[in-house]
Amino acid sequence: MDTFFAQGGYALYVWSSYGMALILLVLELVQLVRRRRGILARLARLQKINRK
Amino acid sequence: MKLFRFFSPATFYPLAGKLMPWFAVLAAVTILSGLYWGFFETPDRLGGTNPQKEYYRIIFIHVPAAWMSMWLYLLVAAYSAVGLVFNTRLSFMLARAAAPTGAIFTFLALWTGAFWGRPSWGTWWDWDPRLTSELILFFLYLGYLALHSAIDDSRRADRASALLAIVGLVMVPVIFWSINCPDPSRCAALHQRSSLANMEPNILWSMLIMTFGLWMYSFVTIFMRVRNIILIREADTTWVKGLVTKEQ
Repeated sequence: MDTFFAQGGYALYVWSSYGMALILLVLELVQLVRRRRGILARLARLQKINRK
Repeated sequence: MKLFRFFSPATFYPLAGKLMPWFAVLAAVTILSGLYWGFFETPDRLGGTNPQKEYYRIIFIHVPAAWMSMWLYLLVAAYSAVGLVFNTRLSFMLARAAAPTGAIFTFLALWTGAFWGRPSWGTWWDWDPRLTSELILFFLYLGYLALHSAIDDSRRADRASALLAIVGLVMVPVIFWSINCPDPSRCAALHQRSSLANMEPNILWSMLIMTFGLWMYSFVTIFMRVRNIILIREADTTWVKGLVTKEQ
């Protein structure tokens, strides 16, 4: 396992690449889910106001 | 023109919602197996004389990300062209939905390239033709998104940014052909001419599986984003209003 994380001494380069990929792809998915929730909440609020 | 009815925002919204989980499962399975194969079933060295050491494993994210940056740009430009010709709203929405994911992959291609370039070429960055043209592609994505958000009227924003996307299309073949430098002493191409046929099969397959995985991932984010765009733009229609009531 240690040899896997060490990557022959090139851990910095390999894990910086894959780490950034992981961060960006996860952040993109989280942002999309949060945006959807935000839109639906705003539209629901607007409907409530219009009904009054 | 009956076909276009199936591609209206109202019919595409539920379709994208149904397809999304399947693409998500495919993306997770292929990305995880591509990474497993790339890290555990491949040799520790790449190339014959003066081989690259373990850092070459960046290839499994670098090349797929770079390919996706170009494929998604082609997608943005194609949907933009369809939108301009047929004036279909959904195609503009799909173009706008694909651009942020494309920008992310372009950034990842540049970022991982820097971390590959440092151990292999001894530099994080060089104004090599391919690096420079990929950087321009990144700015094109940002320009497309900035132009789109700068115009309040969404129909006008669609058309203006579509035109920018189509003009920027010229960069894709430039990136693609910028390896073709037969004599490295004449043109400073750090990306040499190479062929997929010369690659070690396990490395090649891991790379292709990862590319497929990133395609599936892109479908997921494009569908999620286009659903968000549809909700905003169709907020005044009865079907969105009904959907909002149901979600409460």
